[in-house]
Amino acid sequence: MKRSLLNVLALLVVLSLALAACGSPAPTEAPAAEAPAAAEPEAPAAEEAPAAAEKTAVVGFTASLTGKLNVESTRQNNGFNLWMEQVNAAGGIKLADGTMVKFASKFYDDESNKDRVQELYTKLVTEDNADFLISPYSSGLADASAVIAEQYGKIMVTTGAASDSTYQKGYTLVYQAYTPASAYLTGSADLLASLDANAKKIAIIHENDKFSTDVASALEAYALEKGYEIVLNEGYDSGTTDFAPIINKIPADVDAVMGGGHFADGQQFAKSLFDKGVKTKFISLLVAPPEPTFAEIGDAALGIVGPSQWEPLAAFTPDYGPTGAEFIEAYKAAYGEEPSYHAAGGYAAGLILQKGIETAGSLDAEAVKAALDGVDMMTFFGKIKFDTSAENHGLQIGHSMVYIQWQKDAGGALIKQVVWPAEGKTAESVYPIR
Amino acid sequence: MNAGAILTSLVDGLLIGVVYGIAAMGLNLIWGVMRVINLAHGALISLGMFGVYLLFSGLGLNPYLALVLVALMGLLMGILIYAIAITRVINAPYLSTLLATFSINMIVIGLGTAAFTTTPRDTGFSLGNVEVGPLTLQGTRLIAALVTLIVTAILYTFLYRTRTGKYIRAVSNNRSAAELMGIPSSRILALSFGIGTMLAAIAGGLIATFFSFTILSGDVYQQKSFIIGVLGGLGNPLGALVGGLILGVLEGVLPLAMPNTWVPVIEFVLFILILLVKPSGLLGGKK
Repeated sequence: MKRSLLNVLALLVVLSLALAACGSPAPTEAPAAEAPAAAEPEAPAAEEAPAAAEKTAVVGFTASLTGKLNVESTRQNNGFNLWMEQVNAAGGIKLADGTMVKFASKFYDDESNKDRVQELYTKLVTEDNADFLISPYSSGLADASAVIAEQYGKIMVTTGAASDSTYQKGYTLVYQAYTPASAYLTGSADLLASLDANAKKIAIIHENDKFSTDVASALEAYALEKGYEIVLNEGYDSGTTDFAPIINKIPADVDAVMGGGHFADGQQFAKSLFDKGVKTKFISLLVAPPEPTFAEIGDAALGIVGPSQWEPLAAFTPDYGPTGAEFIEAYKAAYGEEPSYHAAGGYAAGLILQKGIETAGSLDAEAVKAALDGVDMMTFFGKIKFDTSAENHGLQIGHSMVYIQWQKDAGGALIKQVVWPAEGKTAESVYPIR
Repeated sequence: MNAGAILTSLVDGLLIGVVYGIAAMGLNLIWGVMRVINLAHGALISLGMFGVYLLFSGLGLNPYLALVLVALMGLLMGILIYAIAITRVINAPYLSTLLATFSINMIVIGLGTAAFTTTPRDTGFSLGNVEVGPLTLQGTRLIAALVTLIVTAILYTFLYRTRTGKYIRAVSNNRSAAELMGIPSSRILALSFGIGTMLAAIAGGLIATFFSFTILSGDVYQQKSFIIGVLGGLGNPLGALVGGLILGVLEGVLPLAMPNTWVPVIEFVLFILILLVKPSGLLGGKK
């Protein structure tokens, strides 16, 4: 009995070793544009001596080339690569000692798999000598990668990752580009306050999953602090289609309905609110409204507000990096499609790194960290500023969600307009909506 | 909580309850006549949804006209499914028919996902609302309830007033005896499966007029159909309607007194209680 157990264990060990061996030697590698040529940055190029010295900084990350996160991750990757190409084409970043730094990326396919992420980031740091790290797409994968960055003392900019919890683990070198989940709907409360000082009653109806519940709790706390009254806070199961029983619980004198969850339930919820004739002045829902297909529900979509990390429309006036229009044009030229917020987030991660290095005038992690701690800039992606407290170090506190609202254009067709924050808006809010 | 809210919830519950009823009726009929647990029921409901959606959004057909076509296609498809997958295993143990219908389910969902993805679709169809006192009633739901009642009446007339209906009841009661009387049982079984599938398709088509859906949406109604079947009496189509109404009212009214996520808990407790106390269902088993 014991012997056979040992045999099984031994077999398992051998198998897992074999699997590991199969996995590591042939990683999917990016054809690094100019990696080999600049691999020995210290060696002075004798022929062109008088020109400024050049260095190549390696930025390491994993991308989900396969698996369920493939689409979003690829876009994020495209955004980052666009930034890198532009910086390199402009000659790189000048350090304090006059050295010009160009960038090369090194990345592997993480298969959308958390387990692969830690192994690959370790490899990026120890074998590929990455100078800086960018996170993979999604909160889960980014969280797994952040611990490696911290362990090896590398600066990491996370993008495509909204979860708050990563920044509450005492990390000091991890910086978030996205607005954290806790702030997804708080801007709606601010927007409502700017529209109507008398609106006080909010009903929060949200999906029961962790993300939506966290957003709803943060919204409730924020709204109460701002003097709102929460007249209903109710969760619903993922996959709910019949919202009538929940909508019947909303008091008749409600001013605003906020919440939602993901696309399918959010769209159905918006539709049911309309069909049930709920007289509310303001509706703000998670995730669903920014999607173009949200308009399928017709008039039910009219007036619905929703947060997005970024919208091509958003009219921010950047004090750093390209304008929104320049980014969109360059992205379209490079990839032949309109950039999504995932792509914008990838580019923004590059911008954050660039700002840190420029301000520090060095590639040294400590110096860049000090520079990033002090960043307070407006980019095409929105404002960027990090929490520097010990409890939430690296949490994004400058960036606000962009709130879109479905409105009608002159011809009566449904279109999205950015209505908040004020610095990025493209139209006045429609209020009250019903 | 005021009287208006209770009344609204009650009426909402009844309106969705009749649709649950028609969804469960198909499952119930198939079980009653041929002792087959049709695990493809949910997938067929989804196909009904897509049928109406495609005819309406693609060809601009009125959804209720589309529903007639979808019902016919459902009937034919049911007969086809029976001929291909069920007839060979109809006399085998339950597990075989269960697996056969499960396979149909997987095939339909697989093809449906490939063709339509799982992005939610919405017909965007609306008949406006009717205001009655404190009630705001959605036009599409009122029509859905009306259609369900008409279909139920037709089904009953068919089962109890026509010769073919009599054959179906005969096969349902005792297939061997029915065969000895010269009733072509395999044709009757195929027809019954066709009618069950048609009812699923009609339910799906009606649901598509007021809810967004994906190819996976039918699954919810299949689950509810099982509860409803047990509640109203397995094999009894009228029981399905009553069971559906009970479930709809519970879902409508209970959330007023508790978080809505508790409703399934109550529903399934009820399910177990009925199984313990009156396993033949409230209206008795098949008749």
